[in-house]
Amino acid sequence: MMIIFLLPVVQLLLFGKVINTDIQNSRIAILDLSHDNTTREIIAKLVSSGYFVLGEELHPGDDVEDVFRQGKVKMVVTFGPEFEQNLERDGKANVQLLADASDPNTARILTSYASGIINDYVKKEKLQNIQLPNQINTEVRMLYNEGLKSVYMFVPGIMAMILMLISAMMTSISISKEKELGTMEVLLASPLKPIQIVLGKVTPYLLLSFINALTIILIGVFFFGVPIRGSFVFLMSESFLFILMALSLGILISTVAPNQMVAMFISVLALMLPTILLSGFMFPIENMPLPLRILSHAMPPRWFIVIIKNIMLKGTGILFVWKETLILIFMTVVFIGLSIKNFKIRLE
Amino acid sequence: MNPYPDLHQNSPLLEGLGEANQKVIEVRDLVKKFGNFVANDHLNFDVYKGEIFGFLGANGAGKTTAMKILCGLSAPTSGKVKVAGFDIYKETEKVKRNIGYMSQKFSLYEDLTIAENIRFYSGIYGIKPAERKEKMEKLLKNLDIESARDSLIGSLPLGWKQKLAFSVAIFHDPKIVFLDEPTGGVDPITRRKFWDLIYEASDRGITVFVTTHYMDEAEYCNRVSIMNEGRIEALDTPENLKQKYGAKNMDEVFLKIARNKE
Repeated sequence: MMIIFLLPVVQLLLFGKVINTDIQNSRIAILDLSHDNTTREIIAKLVSSGYFVLGEELHPGDDVEDVFRQGKVKMVVTFGPEFEQNLERDGKANVQLLADASDPNTARILTSYASGIINDYVKKEKLQNIQLPNQINTEVRMLYNEGLKSVYMFVPGIMAMILMLISAMMTSISISKEKELGTMEVLLASPLKPIQIVLGKVTPYLLLSFINALTIILIGVFFFGVPIRGSFVFLMSESFLFILMALSLGILISTVAPNQMVAMFISVLALMLPTILLSGFMFPIENMPLPLRILSHAMPPRWFIVIIKNIMLKGTGILFVWKETLILIFMTVVFIGLSIKNFKIRLE
Repeated sequence: MNPYPDLHQNSPLLEGLGEANQKVIEVRDLVKKFGNFVANDHLNFDVYKGEIFGFLGANGAGKTTAMKILCGLSAPTSGKVKVAGFDIYKETEKVKRNIGYMSQKFSLYEDLTIAENIRFYSGIYGIKPAERKEKMEKLLKNLDIESARDSLIGSLPLGWKQKLAFSVAIFHDPKIVFLDEPTGGVDPITRRKFWDLIYEASDRGITVFVTTHYMDEAEYCNRVSIMNEGRIEALDTPENLKQKYGAKNMDEVFLKIARNKE
């Protein structure tokens, strides 16, 4: 009963807070080849704007792509050598904005904000004393997704959503259906072991989900031109892990839900909405308020999307996604453990 | 009153020695607690081979709990239980191989046909295809539903479904079949037809353990036990119980026992 009154409140707050395309506190890295007053002042301007947080200071010779692969920052700002001299002598200076366009919307906003702040600074602070036609040459590069195609973002997101839907929801519904109809009792009274019953229920969905994952990737690659820069086998292995995680979550739901209706309700409410809203699929996580940002850590798709984007767009291997992989494995183990515990309680 | 008067003469208790005295279920001091609530309070009884054993009691008396323990669906808190000669704690697997179970809610897949359901359950109990085909023909003929073999279970009338569910539950020739209120929601005539099947099974040597709260069904059993608040208050043949309590029928016996408790 409570749920009827709580639902609109929660939904409204969630949507209102989450659907917020403004950026704030995005982590950026700086590669400053000049280290002069002007660059220092520009960096201070960027950081004090509230849009950016200085995540890392790079040095000449550092592998710029590495910081993107590790997912530490969203943009790297590079100041060319002798920035101040060039600006004062010729009125020209070079700055490069390199953005991680695996999330194209954020990349677009980040680069336009940053170049706005830089140009604004130069116009206001520098133009007053210098009579030359002042000009900052801002070069913008979109890494991993030159064309800013949004399909690059949708393929991983849709994959997470569909796999969640098929694996977790269908499994929980089909197992609770047996409970509801009484056939589960008959199976339990038969010589079949519980593990055999569960495997029997889960295997078809494992196969279906795997075929689905494959189909989404193939359509993404051949129809929309999304690249797979990393290993295909590794990509499919990670998908397999995610499917296992979702299946164990489905089993867990079925141990809690007494019938199909409840299983369906839990699945939609607990799986679908968070997958869409809190996984970073549609809306960047760093823009969310702190409680939701913390909550998003508990969303399996969040980690899966990071892994998929890394493998497909950035071409990384296990070295850069081992943390996310471990989290998914941990979640799978927890879900299976809880299911076994619930199952035993029910039998007693 | 009793449509099967000859049956009590076959009662294993009266027959004396021989195969009929073989115990297929032995229960000693069975206790099952849920927290502080005692669902089964020191139950003691034996069930003999080929017997139709009625397990009576009001709703919540603890009969379904006890039955679930006997089927290995639930673990007892304490006590000794042997089913089909196997220990319920240590040899659950073997117990399950030797029993059939028909749940209250019914146990066939509504979205599969009769033949598909039989194939599925044959698979679970490891019945070979050749044997399955032969037995299935017999079953369909016996129930007179040969024409419906490819009909979905969901499209059949309730009486048919119950008969089918029972036939499937004994398809693998178990030593004991457990029926949990098998005839709920059908009229007395359909119920009696269902009991014809139970007698056939009993004649084949299958022990039938049935819970019910229909008192006319209690009359059909060889022996009945009457449970109240987790305890067995009476256990005997319907004839003896009626004599003992000076009652005309089982309904009166049941009411007298319930009243004595209050």
